[in-house]
Amino acid sequence: MSYYTKIDQLVKAATDENISIGELTLKEEALNSGKSEEECYARMEKQLTVMEQGILEGLNSTAKSPSGLTGGDAVRLHTYAQKKTIGGKTIVNAIAAAIAVSEVNANMGRIVAAPTAGSCGIMPGAIISIMNEYNIDRKKTVLALFTSSAIGLVISTNATVAGAEGGCQAECGAASAMCAAALVEMFDGTPAQVAQAAALSLKNLLGLACDPVAGLVEVPCVKRNGFCAAHSIAAADMALAGVESVIPPDEVIDAMYRIGKEMPVSIKETAMGGLATSPTGKAYAKKILG
Amino acid sequence: MNVFDILGPIMVGPSSSHTAGAARIAFVARQILGEDVTSAKILLHGSFAQTYKGHGTDKALIGGLLGMYPDDDRIRDSFKYAKEKSLEYSFEPTDLGDVHPNTVKLILTGVSGKNIEITGCSIGGGNIKIINIDGIPVDFAGNNPTLILPHKNQPGVIADVTKILADKNINIGTMKVFRTDKTDYSIMVLETDELIDDATINKLSALDSIIKTMLIKPL
Ligand code: SF4
Repeated sequence: MSYYTKIDQLVKAATDENISIGELTLKEEALNSGKSEEECYARMEKQLTVMEQGILEGLNSTAKSPSGLTGGDAVRLHTYAQKKTIGGKTIVNAIAAAIAVSEVNANMGRIVAAPTAGSCGIMPGAIISIMNEYNIDRKKTVLALFTSSAIGLVISTNATVAGAEGGCQAECGAASAMCAAALVEMFDGTPAQVAQAAALSLKNLLGLACDPVAGLVEVPCVKRNGFCAAHSIAAADMALAGVESVIPPDEVIDAMYRIGKEMPVSIKETAMGGLATSPTGKAYAKKILG
Repeated sequence: MNVFDILGPIMVGPSSSHTAGAARIAFVARQILGEDVTSAKILLHGSFAQTYKGHGTDKALIGGLLGMYPDDDRIRDSFKYAKEKSLEYSFEPTDLGDVHPNTVKLILTGVSGKNIEITGCSIGGGNIKIINIDGIPVDFAGNNPTLILPHKNQPGVIADVTKILADKNINIGTMKVFRTDKTDYSIMVLETDELIDDATINKLSALDSIIKTMLIKPL
């Protein structure tokens, strides 16, 4: 059982075989799991479907989460997106969809951890909005989710995707890298561009604290998922334009890990610092947790 | 690790460790009990104790005890289903000592009056570990078909058990025996590659040295 543990190897293997990273990863997954490619594909497609359902549920509900901290912003944004916006329909829809999924998560709805529950809105928000907006083939989109997974596997092997271990740069950073990578593949970028998108996306989130109010995956998490969806689209566009990260992808991942280790525990999911210990943050925590 | 460990699982929110993992611990505990739960005293430790309301850990635990999978969106309303099924429960923040911050102890009674105490930890990403059954420290995840066999401390038990499994062509993945000075019996935990059928369970139960036969079928 093996999978690619470095982005470099992943790019080289896909380039040598003249296939996409998604196709390569699907093949590998079938080999590793002993299941057929069809079965692996079907399982991933099911996850895409759950993501789509999450967006629909979130865009149709203004329910507040049990804590009362979040809820209703997806609908607000979706309504606003129908009018004249600064960022344009594509971006605002992606933000709305990402927040929709994160609101569903906060409200105990069904989601796909991508790679975690806290970061579960980023990938569906950007990927499904772009799929619909540009009529991208469903099959291609499912394969792009395999691309995301390949990037995520490298990150979790060489660093971490847990906020408690690496701060939010690990969770939402990984999700944004995975998301940007998928978007590039959906737009027919090369494997090297896929890797660059991941690197650019992660690099810009290095050092991000995890300081959720009351320890709940809501503030700043829900809105951050919206921001990161837009962020991933920017990274993907940069990579497709040929912009390259000066620091190679594997070294960016390594840097993320080292930064995570150096971050104090107070901003690694303990709710002991940052926004969580702001006067308002503390007041909410007291109200919610008693 | 595989692709679906990183993109996945499908679960109910908001937190893989505080919600999905909690549901899973309770789901596994119900399987170990082997029947519907009628009463549950739930002791919450560490971060579970502090944030269980906000993360819906309480609803997830009740959902799991009712046999709901971690991706079942009825978990949101599990208290309502508990009422329908006459499951009585209580939650108590507590200190379970030097254990993982997300740990819960479930003191359960089943429909036929069976009792069991199970302690489990949610170790991240929805993964769990069961660390104690009825006072005996154990260590398993419940990802594979798992046989849990409290047995008398006497020679030949392991050979008897493995023979029954071998006769059925059931491959043992891992096997551990847990014992303490405080009890006069031990617990054998076997993870198998294949599912174990009822006939095999009956054979194991019939062994004189086996006190109880408990089985976890993976999610
Ligand atoms: S702030 Fe923390 S809890 Fe919120 S999404 Fe980021 S890593 Fe997860």
